Amino acid sequence: MPVKTYRDALRAAMAEEMERDERVVLLGEDIGLYGGTHLVTNGLIDQFGPRRVLDTPIAENGFTGAAIGMAMAGLRPIVEMMTWNFSFQAADQIIQNAAKLRYFSGGQVHVPLVIRGPNGGGVQLSAQHTHSLEGFYGHFPGLKVVSPVTPEDVKGMMLAAIRDPDPVIFLEAGALYGTKGEVPDGDYVVEFGKARIAREGTDITLIAYGRQVNMLLRVADTLSQENISAEVIDLRTIRPFDSETIIESVKKTHRAVVVQEQWRWFSVGSEVCAIIQERAFDELDAPVERVSGAEVPAPYARNLEVAAFPSEQLIVDAAKRALYV
Amino acid sequence: MATVIMPKMGDAMEEGTLLKWLKSVGEEVSEGDALAEIETDKVTLELEAQESGFLTNTLVEEGAVVPIGAPVATIGAEDEVGKGGETAAPAEEAPAPAAEEPQAATEPAPAAAAPEAAPAAPSAAPVPQVANRAPGERLRASPLVKRLAEEHGIDLSQVPGTGPGGRIIKNDLNPFLTGARPAPKAASTPAAANGAVAPAAPAGPAATASGPAPKGTKIDLARIRRTTGKRMAESKASIPHYYVTINVDMTDALAFRKQINEAIGEAGPRVSVNDLIVRAAALALREHPNVNTSFVDGELYQQDSIDINIAISLDGGLIAPFVPAADQKSLGTIARMTKDLGARARNGGLTPEEYQGGTFTISNLGMFDVDEFIAVINPPQAAILAVGSVQQVPVVRDGEIAVGSVMKLTLSADHRALDGAEVAQFLGTVKKYLQNPVLLSVA
Repeated sequence: MPVKTYRDALRAAMAEEMERDERVVLLGEDIGLYGGTHLVTNGLIDQFGPRRVLDTPIAENGFTGAAIGMAMAGLRPIVEMMTWNFSFQAADQIIQNAAKLRYFSGGQVHVPLVIRGPNGGGVQLSAQHTHSLEGFYGHFPGLKVVSPVTPEDVKGMMLAAIRDPDPVIFLEAGALYGTKGEVPDGDYVVEFGKARIAREGTDITLIAYGRQVNMLLRVADTLSQENISAEVIDLRTIRPFDSETIIESVKKTHRAVVVQEQWRWFSVGSEVCAIIQERAFDELDAPVERVSGAEVPAPYARNLEVAAFPSEQLIVDAAKRALYV
Repeated sequence: MATVIMPKMGDAMEEGTLLKWLKSVGEEVSEGDALAEIETDKVTLELEAQESGFLTNTLVEEGAVVPIGAPVATIGAEDEVGKGGETAAPAEEAPAPAAEEPQAATEPAPAAAAPEAAPAAPSAAPVPQVANRAPGERLRASPLVKRLAEEHGIDLSQVPGTGPGGRIIKNDLNPFLTGARPAPKAASTPAAANGAVAPAAPAGPAATASGPAPKGTKIDLARIRRTTGKRMAESKASIPHYYVTINVDMTDALAFRKQINEAIGEAGPRVSVNDLIVRAAALALREHPNVNTSFVDGELYQQDSIDINIAISLDGGLIAPFVPAADQKSLGTIARMTKDLGARARNGGLTPEEYQGGTFTISNLGMFDVDEFIAVINPPQAAILAVGSVQQVPVVRDGEIAVGSVMKLTLSADHRALDGAEVAQFLGTVKKYLQNPVLLSVA
């Protein structure tokens, strides 16, 4: 199977679907002539021309609103947020229009829109440019929220997102654009609402999505040196949410740690904990542990930034607490 | 000032009723003095003082139901009389801090006295050595552990907890789950923790579990009645019962008994028909060990001794103390023991060790002129023998109709442990002993 970077897998998905479906168009800041701030769309304007790869003004609310209108009118727009931090400018369009038009119209109008871009922190961009917004967008009914971690999933989930009849918040792990992995050629989709068991284990279930999944795989290696068999679950999608895979795993391991970069309060991790206690209470041998970002605006200083995000050591410690070792 | 707490007097005890204060506030007490009478789910015992001094305050009223570990009184100096009530008043809450924060035990707060007062259990009922919890300390266990304990019939009060705050975690349960421990002897399973049996199905209207609101005047059930009801309902709900009945010609057995009792005269306790049946059943169990078994958690366990429970009807319910190793005891010893157990059962003087356990139960309604009846199994035992009256009925002997003394025995068996043919063979052996009673003294 060909090996591609996360970035190239994303571009391949969009390019292949643009070849197949001429309704697919791209909008965003510097995505055309400049090739995209993160080079995700590099070269696409040469391939598809400026009518399908639109450089927009620095006006997120405006071009997101335009994209919603294009989607309502039958196109399949993909909007790039240079980073998800700028989506606050467009939050009114996303939450008030994209998420609600299908409901308001009694199902007569769909908004087949993808909004994509890098999410999360860890690269010293300081507080205003460091947000993990999966909990925020996951809160609103009417939006689908996905967070792939492997290049293979990135392509399959992007294809699923473009074909989805409703708005999809596509949260990319910005820190992983250069990571490589096997990516199948051709057309395949990764169905939303199906978590992935990234590593099988029997003693404890480690749950995350996005960048933290890779961290969990390293933690599982560390734990295996102490004869602890950790199962790693990649949620893949925040909404729709795959409870079954988590519950089945906890029934097997009886212990769980949920890890996220975002803040602890009112977060995806909170929801995972709640679902486990609702549906697997009698299976639990220990309280579900959470490892989250510190409750502060993201620090700029490198040492503080490192301290503010989950680390492998914090996760190992949490796993051991849940295992009483 | 020291706090006197409700002691844990048996594995299954969670609370006790303070029946009666035997000392009054202001009275001088010495260590070992009986302070109060306490009724547990099965017996009435005395609460003994662990210190000498003056009873400075009583914290609960007579008749109050008190959770184990909760303070019931204080003992202190004479000038403290009447003062203890304030500090220890929150009887329900007092043990909580000690449970939440183990280090609290080092503080001189009233709650700290709880662990010290632990040995307060009356000498009549020594507290079993349980795990690592102070008496009255809340048992903590993970949800998984609670579920597994329920499924496997494990008494968590016997399991030491190694998790935070003494929480029992899955790992602590492993020795009890894997069989690394000796097979769950009847006595170690919670089901056996109470020797209550129901000789019949005397459910009555009060037993209606659901449906329209019950009518009539609510009767205040004694604890023993509640325990009996709970255990019998569980037994009937979870054990596939079936029943086999035989007739036994008791003519020779009655003559044998008469002969023994005439010979004994005033010297010793008279042998009852029930004693003959206990002895006959014990010997038959020795020949049919498959009946002396327990089916627990999908596994069949062979009991290693033959301990026969005798169901005794009390005003407030049933209790079934047992004769240990009954197959190795003579009729005279059995008669002495059953008499003693019966007398003490009726005045509440049994200790938990005498009724928690047993491997086979006999329930005898013979004195009530009943033809026959069906008993509910006393779990985790595999069978219970229901004994009807000896009745004079026409029998055919050598082709002639004669007057015979016939008794009906009905065995209720757990079909998971025993099949009908096995039960029939067992009953045949019981019958052999009762119809050839001289064997009861030679076997």
